[in-house]
Amino acid sequence: MIEQNLSLLLVVIPLLAAPVAAILPGLRPPWLLALAVTWLCFVIAGWQLFTVMDGSIISYELGGWAPPWGIEYRIDAMNALVALIVAGIAAITMPYALLTVEKEIPRHQVPLFYSAFLLCIVGLLGITQTGDIFNLFVFLEISSLSTYVLIAMGEQRRALTSAYQYLIMGSIGATFVLIGIGLVYAETGTLNMQDLHLRLQPILDHRTIHTGFAFISVGIALKLALFPLHLWLPNAYKYAPSAISVFLSATSTKVAVYVMLRLLFSVFSSDILMIEPTEDILLLLGIFGVILASVTAIYQRDIKRLLAYSSIAQVSYMVLGIGMASNMGVTATLIHVFNHALMKAALFMAAGAVVYRAGSSRFEKIDGMGRQMPWTFAAMFIAGLSVIGIPGTAGFISKWYFVLAALEQHSWLIALVVLSGSLLSVVYIWRIVEVMYLRPATDTGLSVKEAPYALLVPMWSLVLANIYFGINTELTLNIADISVKLLDITD
Amino acid sequence: MNAQQLLLFAVFLPFIGATGIALCRKRHNLRETVTLITAATVCCIVLAIYRRFTSGELLAVEIAEPLPGLSIRFEAESLGLLFALVAAMLWLITSIYSIGYMRAHDEQHQTRFYTMFAIAIGCTLGVAFAGNMLTLFLWYEMLTIATYPLVAHAGTDKARRGARTYIGILLATSIGLLLLAIIITYSLTGSLDFREGGILAEKLDPAWAGLLYALYIFGIGKAAVMPFHRWLPAAMVAPTPVSALLHAVAVVKAGVFTVLKVTIYIFGTDFITRSGANDWLIWFAGATILLASLVAMSQDNLKLRLAYSTISQLGYIVLGALLATNNSLLGSALHISMHAFAKITLFFAAGAILVAAGKTEITDMGGLGRAMPLTFGAFLIGSFSIIGLPPFGGMWSKWYLAMGIVETGQWLLLTVLLASSLLNIAYLLPVPVRGFFGKAKDGTTYTQITEAPASCLLAMTVTSLACLLLFFYPDPFYELALHSAGNN
Repeated sequence: MIEQNLSLLLVVIPLLAAPVAAILPGLRPPWLLALAVTWLCFVIAGWQLFTVMDGSIISYELGGWAPPWGIEYRIDAMNALVALIVAGIAAITMPYALLTVEKEIPRHQVPLFYSAFLLCIVGLLGITQTGDIFNLFVFLEISSLSTYVLIAMGEQRRALTSAYQYLIMGSIGATFVLIGIGLVYAETGTLNMQDLHLRLQPILDHRTIHTGFAFISVGIALKLALFPLHLWLPNAYKYAPSAISVFLSATSTKVAVYVMLRLLFSVFSSDILMIEPTEDILLLLGIFGVILASVTAIYQRDIKRLLAYSSIAQVSYMVLGIGMASNMGVTATLIHVFNHALMKAALFMAAGAVVYRAGSSRFEKIDGMGRQMPWTFAAMFIAGLSVIGIPGTAGFISKWYFVLAALEQHSWLIALVVLSGSLLSVVYIWRIVEVMYLRPATDTGLSVKEAPYALLVPMWSLVLANIYFGINTELTLNIADISVKLLDITD
Repeated sequence: MNAQQLLLFAVFLPFIGATGIALCRKRHNLRETVTLITAATVCCIVLAIYRRFTSGELLAVEIAEPLPGLSIRFEAESLGLLFALVAAMLWLITSIYSIGYMRAHDEQHQTRFYTMFAIAIGCTLGVAFAGNMLTLFLWYEMLTIATYPLVAHAGTDKARRGARTYIGILLATSIGLLLLAIIITYSLTGSLDFREGGILAEKLDPAWAGLLYALYIFGIGKAAVMPFHRWLPAAMVAPTPVSALLHAVAVVKAGVFTVLKVTIYIFGTDFITRSGANDWLIWFAGATILLASLVAMSQDNLKLRLAYSTISQLGYIVLGALLATNNSLLGSALHISMHAFAKITLFFAAGAILVAAGKTEITDMGGLGRAMPLTFGAFLIGSFSIIGLPPFGGMWSKWYLAMGIVETGQWLLLTVLLASSLLNIAYLLPVPVRGFFGKAKDGTTYTQITEAPASCLLAMTVTSLACLLLFFYPDPFYELALHSAGNN
């Protein structure tokens, strides 16, 4: 009975828990509830992934209404992977959240914080589960709205303006998505993705469909912080509470990348990339994104902002992979979605630990901190190596596939861009290394102690995962392989 | 112990040792004991591997498969064994040396120093025993990163700048060029195995071979082929034992070792000569030999002069690899060991002078040799071996390199080789000459200065005797080199 309803449970459990968390008293009870729920979701997501690992597809009819009339949850390897990332990162963030939240968020807001966190998880998981394009929009809004709230809870007052900035941009994005969905619905009369795919094929060259596609793409591009629509992201990540920076950096843009893959290759089809100049636009934006975001990261004087720009660059890699519109390119993108979640979550956890102890993420405040907090620094360093793509880390596997995909199409430019992005990341990661490890600590800095275990354990489990998935890639490669086979990509 | 365990032990024991060193940070004598025991054990293990290898046993082990068809694999083969032997033996000697040096020089953060040193050696052995290009690249990168804290050891602004140049050039070349070359190779052949005769021969259009080969040669920044040599002088800000072992032996030799591996097992000598991939690259190596020697002449800082000398000597090895004849490869492989013993002697002496007399500039060393006869004597022997005079080991490698050049008929290159030997004399011999026969600038006669600590002297004596011994008995290295050059 449970097995048949797995996919629904993944969304319903956190949805039911969210209001409960809001009314629980004190600091610990809401946290305990959230902890239990996220780990339960993690187990379910793992179970779900296990069932679709053989290439099968779970189709769940909500309320017993058969698609295309009812809402269908349709899960293949790709959804299951992204759902696992979301649930997994949420589960690993929870133990980390306890201390940082107590420190950063006023007492009376803590239950609301966990409630909003759970809602955000609902939204992101819902996006991965649903096979209905309007339902997807609804979940997108749930996740976005709760994210605005979570960012606004940040310690500094600037958190409010950052959240507001994100609210404006996010709402524009959501509106664009909605307009696009409306246009497509007007042409086809259906909202079910499977059904849409069939009905769209003969009319792919209609002007309305093109317009709808453009609206949806721009909307999603805003969500995934594709250059030049990325401006909301750095401040949002910087001023959000530490646990939220970790969770968002690892999941929210990745889910947006998933939506893009799903819409392009399951709903429309890679043919639309051929008709329109979309492919070139994606490649061009990807190239600019990788280079410019990396260069901007180098000039940051704040560790969280630096990591945020690095995220934008990494997402641009994924867009490059999508833009190549080949099996290999999409494989690379999917692998990187997974690996990047691991490395960025670890990095933001380490940055959060520094903020927890030093009280600031600005460079001049964290001089020499690496020697005071050797384990935190080592974690940040190894995760940084993963961003660079040093062999033996997960990042290397991603880089390998991106370059391989580029060479397969004889696209030297993209191969060079991927490698130069890697070189630029050497520069910005080494800026952190020099600041934290080589500069002399300030007088106040000398009294700083190593982060508590509650922060170190989740951080290091992610760091070890970075190494593990850099050496044993069976899981990631397998899933990417199966997912790509189920997508409609004409090479 | 079976063969697989032996190989894994050789690579991972230094890492275990490093953990031990870090744990003993409060008790200095115990910490140094751990270093020495680990170094001695690693040395024994490598010797054991050598004995099994010469008895014809195949030693190989795979531990993981990160990419389909590409595993992390260790294998003992002749060239790698030669490199591993050199690195393991010299680690033991350097450990003895560094105990004296680090204590006499009163260095900070000694635990970090010994820990990272052990890790760096583990990575070097990983490079030496790598069974395919992916594994080699993995350890190559790890070596770069493990040596960074050693270069930045002093923590001063100068050290930070030097370390930045070091890591910048090494990572930029390896990610930007070497990784690209490796992925291109993989996408062409679907394999990165080291195979006799190479894997590229049938798969790559000979017209493109030169370009790919250039990506490899320049991508292997550790080989310090100009214009990517700047990192080596920059790395001289490190403490002397680091310069001695890592930047005269382990790191730089990992570079030229990789060049040799790529030449012999990825391209294959036949393919290189047939496609003319080396046509214009040999001039880069030739230019490196000559220019680095010239720059060395103009350096007054002893360690910098030695660094440029190393760049020039690495050029010999790269040149031998590029020429791709049996004799030149033999000379190159031999030069890995011969140059290692000679150059480490020179660095030991430079460190001893710094510790005992506090001098770094050559012009300040007048008359110092009479106060420190052993140190300057060792320096003299090392210099002779580098120049290639009998009866010192350095003669053999130059001999075979010259034979290789004669075979290919590149007379201009032969002139380069000879000119560089003369330059070697011109920049190395003034140091002992000034030391023994010169006078101090201000006329002092160094009565206060005595020799460096005993452990430093011991290390120096051993390596300079080794230079002598290798002339009369180069057999183990010679046979390994011969085997890898392919004319057995």
